[in-house]
Amino acid sequence: MIQDLLIILIGSSLVNNVVLSQFLGLCPFLGVSKKTNTAAGMGVAVIFVITLASAVAGVIYKFILEKFDVTYLQTIVFILVIAALVQFVEMFLKKFMPPLYQALGVYLPLITTNCAVLGIALTNVQKKYGILTGIVNGFATAVGFTIAIVILAGIREKIEFNDVPESFKGMPIVLVTAGLMAIAFCGFSGLL
Amino acid sequence: MNNGNAMERLYNGLIKENPTFVLMLGMCPTLAVTTSAMNGLGMGLTTMVVLALSNMIISMLRNIIPDKVRIPAFIVVIASFVTMVELLLEGFIPALYDALGLYIPLIVVNCIILGRAEAYASKNPIIPSLFDGIGMGLGFSFALTCIGAVREVLGAGEIFGVHIMPDSYVPCAIFIMAPGAFFVLAALTAVQNKVRMNGEKKGKDMSKIQSGCNEDCMNCGEKGCSRRFYGEGKEDAQK
Repeated sequence: MIQDLLIILIGSSLVNNVVLSQFLGLCPFLGVSKKTNTAAGMGVAVIFVITLASAVAGVIYKFILEKFDVTYLQTIVFILVIAALVQFVEMFLKKFMPPLYQALGVYLPLITTNCAVLGIALTNVQKKYGILTGIVNGFATAVGFTIAIVILAGIREKIEFNDVPESFKGMPIVLVTAGLMAIAFCGFSGLL
Repeated sequence: MNNGNAMERLYNGLIKENPTFVLMLGMCPTLAVTTSAMNGLGMGLTTMVVLALSNMIISMLRNIIPDKVRIPAFIVVIASFVTMVELLLEGFIPALYDALGLYIPLIVVNCIILGRAEAYASKNPIIPSLFDGIGMGLGFSFALTCIGAVREVLGAGEIFGVHIMPDSYVPCAIFIMAPGAFFVLAALTAVQNKVRMNGEKKGKDMSKIQSGCNEDCMNCGEKGCSRRFYGEGKEDAQK
């Protein structure tokens, strides 16, 4: 059991990295990676939301969708639940944990329903993970996202000072960087 | 823009405001499924069906849906169509269903669809909205097929599964793996930058060409949410 969870933890965070090999959550990955600080903040917010969302989606799938035999509604239900959940988390943090809201609040609207959150909820169902396994998978995936976005932000801070060809300035060079990172992450595939 | 002519809508979607080449929307599926021209075409056509139908329904309901809850309402309409299309694909084209996998339900969060619902279908009559969906969908299919074809030729020496490169060509398999997607997109955005710079030199209005998806996949309908993010603290003042 522990071994299975460990394999999922490493597999989802490094080997099948959510951005670099599955292309989920690409927009915040490219959009919010200009500075390491903001990238790390975004990463923490994503870990928080995805872990919570995979827990809630897992419970709803098991105790409502499966029980009433309406699993074909999963896409609709998940997306609405995730959107509502993020709104709720935002209100909750604002009211009861102002310091945490100060730290994460600005990132929450950005991840309301980015494709990674929905993607993880659906992957958990597809791979027939239980609730606990699903939470671990969600957490690991989000950690993988954080690793990738922080590394990219670090590289982008350095690229600022480089002499980049005119037409590669801005997004193209970032994408080349992401491609090279993806090659590097391919190296992890020997881990499992 | 508000010309309701069907042909004009098709042209607009295919060329003038091509969602991939010009607007740079919906990048997640673009990169993920374009490992071959066939997969790209399949994904493009699937998205087109969803886009056309949801545009039509949203246009019908545009006077009924209250403004405040329009985004959730749009999402429900889109998600319903995605579910239908997913079940149909599973039943009738299982090969494509297996190839696209997780990315079929993820059509829900493709910002092209929500973006068109928000920008066009919620303000225009049914027929133009339907053709707007078809036009945008065709543009998306065209772009995905092109990107898929480039990756397939470089990565496997084939196009639509037909071997076209000479035998001396050694396929560069990285192009059908994940990193290749980033490199092809990087080349594409570089070309786009070049075109924009040339256009600006000649004094044309190039503001429509976006330099990449800066916003969250879901929130493209509301432009500039990432700017809201950089101006920290302004958000509270708005509320």
